[in-house]
Amino acid sequence: MSVSGRGSPTVRFVAQVRLEHISKTFGVGTDLVTAVDDVSLDIEHHDFMILLGPSGCGKSTLLRMVAGLEDPSAGDVFIADRRVNDVEPKQRDVAMVFQSYALYPHKTVAANVEFPLKVRGVPKAERTMEALRAADVLGLTDYMRRKPGQLSGGQRQRVALARAIVRNPAVFLMDEPLSNLDAKLRGDTRAELVDLHRRLDSTFIYVTHDQVEAMTMGTRVAVLNQGRLQQVGTPQEVYDRPATAFVAQFIGTPPMNLLRPGMLGGDVAQIGVRPEHLRLDPVGPLQATVRQIEHLGHEILLISEIGEVKLIARVPPHLAVPVVGDTVGFNVDEAHLHRFDVSTGERLP
Amino acid sequence: MKRRLRDLPPALVMLVPSLLLLGLWTVYPLVRAVQNGHLSCDVTGRKCTDAGWSQYWRVFTSQQFQDSLWVSVKLALMTVPFGLVLGIGLAVLADKHLKGIGVYRTLFSSTVATSVAVASLVWFVLLQPEIGVLSDLFSRWIPSLKNPGLLRDPGTALPAVALSSVWASLGFTFIVMTAGLQSVPKDLYESAYVDGAGSFRRFTNVTLPMLSPSILFVTVVLTTRALQTYGEVALLTGGGPEPEKSTTTIPYLIYGKNSLISGNLGLKSAAAVLLFLISLVFAIVQFRGFGKRVHYGR
Repeated sequence: MSVSGRGSPTVRFVAQVRLEHISKTFGVGTDLVTAVDDVSLDIEHHDFMILLGPSGCGKSTLLRMVAGLEDPSAGDVFIADRRVNDVEPKQRDVAMVFQSYALYPHKTVAANVEFPLKVRGVPKAERTMEALRAADVLGLTDYMRRKPGQLSGGQRQRVALARAIVRNPAVFLMDEPLSNLDAKLRGDTRAELVDLHRRLDSTFIYVTHDQVEAMTMGTRVAVLNQGRLQQVGTPQEVYDRPATAFVAQFIGTPPMNLLRPGMLGGDVAQIGVRPEHLRLDPVGPLQATVRQIEHLGHEILLISEIGEVKLIARVPPHLAVPVVGDTVGFNVDEAHLHRFDVSTGERLP
Repeated sequence: MKRRLRDLPPALVMLVPSLLLLGLWTVYPLVRAVQNGHLSCDVTGRKCTDAGWSQYWRVFTSQQFQDSLWVSVKLALMTVPFGLVLGIGLAVLADKHLKGIGVYRTLFSSTVATSVAVASLVWFVLLQPEIGVLSDLFSRWIPSLKNPGLLRDPGTALPAVALSSVWASLGFTFIVMTAGLQSVPKDLYESAYVDGAGSFRRFTNVTLPMLSPSILFVTVVLTTRALQTYGEVALLTGGGPEPEKSTTTIPYLIYGKNSLISGNLGLKSAAAVLLFLISLVFAIVQFRGFGKRVHYGR
C-alpha cells in the first residue's frame, strides 16, 4: 500500500520499512494468543506513520518486531529493502523511545545521550560533540550534568528523544512516548515532535491509542484492531472514508453514529453518520428523544436516543436548543452516509 | 508545636514495648559490656577492680587481639567478595522466565533455612580427609585435602572455613539479589539492547547499577557476619590448627573453649566492645565509600 501525493512525483522512494504478512502469536499449546494477525504495511521514507488502536490491538508488538525486540511468528520485516528478521536490533539502524523513557537513573543526561554512541565505540570527543548537538535540538544543554531523577517528566521525555536522535538512525520507533505527560505538555510536545520530524531526514513509526495524536502528527495512520490491520491512509482519508465500522467508531470525537439497518429507509447495510453531519430537521427521517445536552461554547452536543441506538449530533450554539426529553428530528445528506456490511463491518461502496 | 507536645504521652505509651525490648536486650547489655570492659579480674573471676579505659587500649594492642582481628578481616575479605559474586551470578542466571526455574530458585535459596551448625557439619564431613567426598574427588589435584586435610593445614584452614561460610550465606545473598533484579524495569534492558549494548554492557550498565542498593546492603550484612564468625570456627577447627591459631577470629578469641581470655570477664568484655566498634567502622566506611555510587529508584 503506497500513498502518492507527497514529494516529487518523479522520484519514488523505496519503502523504508516494509512488513509482509507479519503474524505474532504468544503462548504455547492451547493457550495461544494472536497479537498480530497477517499485517502487511509499507512505510515510506520520511513518513510519520502512526500505529493506532485500542490497548491490546497489537500495535506495540508490531513496533517491537520492527525494533527486533520480538521475533515474528510468520512473515518478514524489511528495513531499507533488507530483510532483518534475523538481524540484531543494533544492526537495524533504528532507535526507540519507550513510554517509560527508560533512562539510566545512575547516569547524567549527557551520559544517557552518549550511551548509544559509546556502545558503538565512538571516541569520547566526538561523542560529547554529538550529544551536545542532540541536546541542543531538544533544548537540553543546561541539564547535561543532571541525573534523570532531577528532571521533570517533560525534560526526561526530551532526554529520551535526544538519546534516540544522537545516533541519527534511519527509523525512529516510539511507543506511546507522550502518555506519561500531562495534557498541556502533551499538546506542546506533539507540536515539537512534528517539528522534529520535519527537521530530521528520518522515518517515524509512532504507536498510540490516542486518535488526537494520530490525527495531529501522522502523515499516515494505520488503524489496528485485534491484531488485524483495518485501514492505512492519511488522517483525513481515514476520517473521511473509514474502511470498517471499527475505524468509523474509533476515529473522531465524539465517534461516528452507527444506525441499525432499516433506520434510514430500506437500506440493508449498517449506516454511519458523523455527528457534524446530522442536521436538525423537524420532519427528518430520524426522530430521537434528547437525553443530554453538552454546551461546549463553540458548539453543542445533542445526545439523543432512538430506541436503544444512541445518536450524537453536533449543532451550532446559536440555534434554538431543545431541552432534555424533547423529541427532535434529524436529517442527513446522502453524500455524508457511510455504509458498512452488517456481518463483516467492511465499508460498502 | 503544641499539637506535637500533646501527642507525646500516647506516642510514648505506644513506643514502650519496643523501647522495653530494645533496652533490655540491646542497650542494657551494651552498657554493661562497656562497664565490664573496665574490670580487671583475678584468675577466679570473682575479685575484680576497675582498670579504667586504658584496658581497652591494652586489649586492642595485644598480640592475640591483633592476630584475631587480622584473621577476622581476612575471613571477611574472602567471604564477602566471593559470596557477592556468587550470589549475583546465580541470581542473574535464575532471573529467566524458563520452565522449572522455580526449582533452581528454591535450591539456591535453600541455605537460608540451614543453620550455621548444620552447614558446618556438612562441610566438616565433606572435607574430612579419610571419608570426605571432596577429599576423595579432588585430592589428586589438591593433595592437602588428604594430608593433612584442609581444616588441619594452617594455610588452608581459614579458606576452608570461608568456603563453608560462603555456602551458608549464599541463600541470603541470592534472595536479596533476586528481589533486586525483579525490580529492574524491563524497558532499561530493551532500550540498551536496541541501542546496541551486548549482554556484558547490559550487565555493567543496567544490572549492576540498578542492583547497587542491594549490593551495599548485602556487603554490610556479610561483612558484619564475617567479623562475627563464631559457629563455623567452633565446629570446624576449634580456632586451630594449633599453634598458629590461624582461624581464631575475634568472637572465638572471646568465647572459644581454647581461648586464653574466655574466663576473664573484663578482657572479653573489652574485646567484645572493640569488635562492635570495628564492625561499626566497617559499616560506616562502606556506607560512605560505596554509598555515593548507590542509586535508589529513579
